[in-house]
Amino acid sequence: MELRELSWLVVGLTFATYIGIAIWARAASTKEFYVAGGHVNPIANGMATAADWMSAASFISMAGLIGFSYQGYGGSVFLLGWTGGYVLLAMCLAPYLRKYGKYTVPEFIGDRYYSNAARVVAVICLLVASITYVIGQMKGIGVAFSRFLEMSFEQGLAVGMLVVFFYAVLGGMKGITYTQIAQYVVLITAYTIPAIFISITLTGNPVPQLGLGSTLVGENTYLLDKLDQVVTDLGFQEYTSGHRLSTLNMFFYTMSLMIGTAGLPHVIIRFFTVPSVKDARISAGWALVFIAILYTTAPAIAGMARLNLITTLEPAAGQPLAYAERPQWFKNWEKTGLLEHYDKNGDGLIQYHAGDDKNEMIKVDNDILVLANPEIAKLPNWVIALVAAGGLAAALSTAAGLLLAISSAISHDLLKGVFRPGISERAELNAGRLAMGATVLLSGYLGLNPPDFAAGTVALAFGLAASSIFPALMLGIFYKRMNTAGAVSGMLAGLGVTLLYVFQHKGILFIADTAFLGSMSPNWFFGIEPNAFGAVGALANFAVAVTVCKMTVEPPLAIQQLVDDIRAPARS
Amino acid sequence: MAQKHSAYWQANLRLIFLLLSIWFTVPFLGGIVFVEFFNQFRLGGYKLGFWIAQQGSIYLFVVLIFIYAHCMNKLDERYREEHD
Repeated sequence: MELRELSWLVVGLTFATYIGIAIWARAASTKEFYVAGGHVNPIANGMATAADWMSAASFISMAGLIGFSYQGYGGSVFLLGWTGGYVLLAMCLAPYLRKYGKYTVPEFIGDRYYSNAARVVAVICLLVASITYVIGQMKGIGVAFSRFLEMSFEQGLAVGMLVVFFYAVLGGMKGITYTQIAQYVVLITAYTIPAIFISITLTGNPVPQLGLGSTLVGENTYLLDKLDQVVTDLGFQEYTSGHRLSTLNMFFYTMSLMIGTAGLPHVIIRFFTVPSVKDARISAGWALVFIAILYTTAPAIAGMARLNLITTLEPAAGQPLAYAERPQWFKNWEKTGLLEHYDKNGDGLIQYHAGDDKNEMIKVDNDILVLANPEIAKLPNWVIALVAAGGLAAALSTAAGLLLAISSAISHDLLKGVFRPGISERAELNAGRLAMGATVLLSGYLGLNPPDFAAGTVALAFGLAASSIFPALMLGIFYKRMNTAGAVSGMLAGLGVTLLYVFQHKGILFIADTAFLGSMSPNWFFGIEPNAFGAVGALANFAVAVTVCKMTVEPPLAIQQLVDDIRAPARS
Repeated sequence: MAQKHSAYWQANLRLIFLLLSIWFTVPFLGGIVFVEFFNQFRLGGYKLGFWIAQQGSIYLFVVLIFIYAHCMNKLDERYREEHD
């Protein structure tokens, strides 16, 4: 069968499964809509959390980021940062928030700090972080459709939106949970199969995590030693030790991603769906098991694909491939504009070098590493079709989780919590569905017309979660004396510091001309890049919150009682 | 009652402190700050520091969460028995 038909078949089958699940798992009450009724099995919830968490960025971009942009070792910031946060979540947040037993993150903040203002600040942080995040997923859906199914970007996005709309509006958290489980299975299969094949081809070891540490087939050289040698020959940083800017920057970058991960509301609310506190703890462990399968495979894909690419472009040291003899996958990806060669010295050869003057591979987009990998490794068409379905599963599952976080913040926190407390359950459920529908349309629109700042917003989403939401939750649980004044001023300080730093280097609202300190590194605070600044914002939040709290009155007894309750031993 | 809960909470805090010290030390010191020192050693084809940063820490995170869940379940049980 042709690749196009095969892709349609595989993607069609997976979509039919998602829709079937959605019809089976309709939400009948607000409890089902917000937290899937609160009786999801902890292992199932772990799997759903893994799909919820691993987005188009994890699936499509991360291996390429590690292998190319971050030059190998530097990419460790993503591997560590996007997994280590789960330890914080499991020990410091999930069990207590589950014990509190409500539906949303801003709801806990509003109750704990006995203040609608605190709740609204939390809603704003949540909306900004989640909406910027969802735009990226919508873009991923459009790209996957246009590359593999040969639809236009707009049509692809419309199909994707329709499917998300259907199961998110109908099923709420219940429908989302069970489709995410199916999506996890699709995405992890699609991610690991090409990795296994490539690992066998290069090293003879079917486990990619071991293959990366093995010797090459027919040689006595370790794969990583060979890789270090070929990249340094071409003038790049050594693969296994090339830092991302500096040790200090890597430290803060990793820490920011960790606490940002733990503070992202769409991840936290997944732990409200399990039956008990005990389940919330173990479920975080299962989530990380399912995430680790992909995250430990990613560095193997990164290293092996980098080696494959270099040995393709330069079959023997100092003898580059002639452009006329480039392989078919090279031609395929040239068409998409993600891969570009420009023959600077006019010798008809492909010179791939570090630095701008000699390098003729003027564009090697990070995203092609995972997407083109099966073609580079000459795998059968069904594997390529599976990768398309996997990319879509990753984008859809994350989009759905974000949409739920957004719509519940609107219907439950703003509408029921602040503006219309007397609203009936039925009306709230309808409002939740309406908010969900509106959010799908809004994010689809933003996916079609991405604002100029879309590219710079990952820093913002993680920065906000790290600098505002995470400290407010931590202090609310671990510091009984924390009061409204401390928490709100802390959140505003964390937000302020992070926004100021991101904006001064990337432009106010990401309009580049207004970047009054420029994006160049000499102006960075101790050489810390804007993406890595969330941890500094969090420190500012903690410092301001504690100082202000000490100068103001302690919280009412009822609130101190509330804190005692969430700390008490679990009942069963 | 409040006393018992306070002892339970202290035990929880001690456990969290211990586990988070490991959570911090291995990736941040072993994988980032002192990575060059650990890179002198090898684990098969991996330099040790590189392996800690791209593989080992992730496995460790999983283990830490399961240890925490296990110990807290035990602790919960003990306090329930004493309470009943």
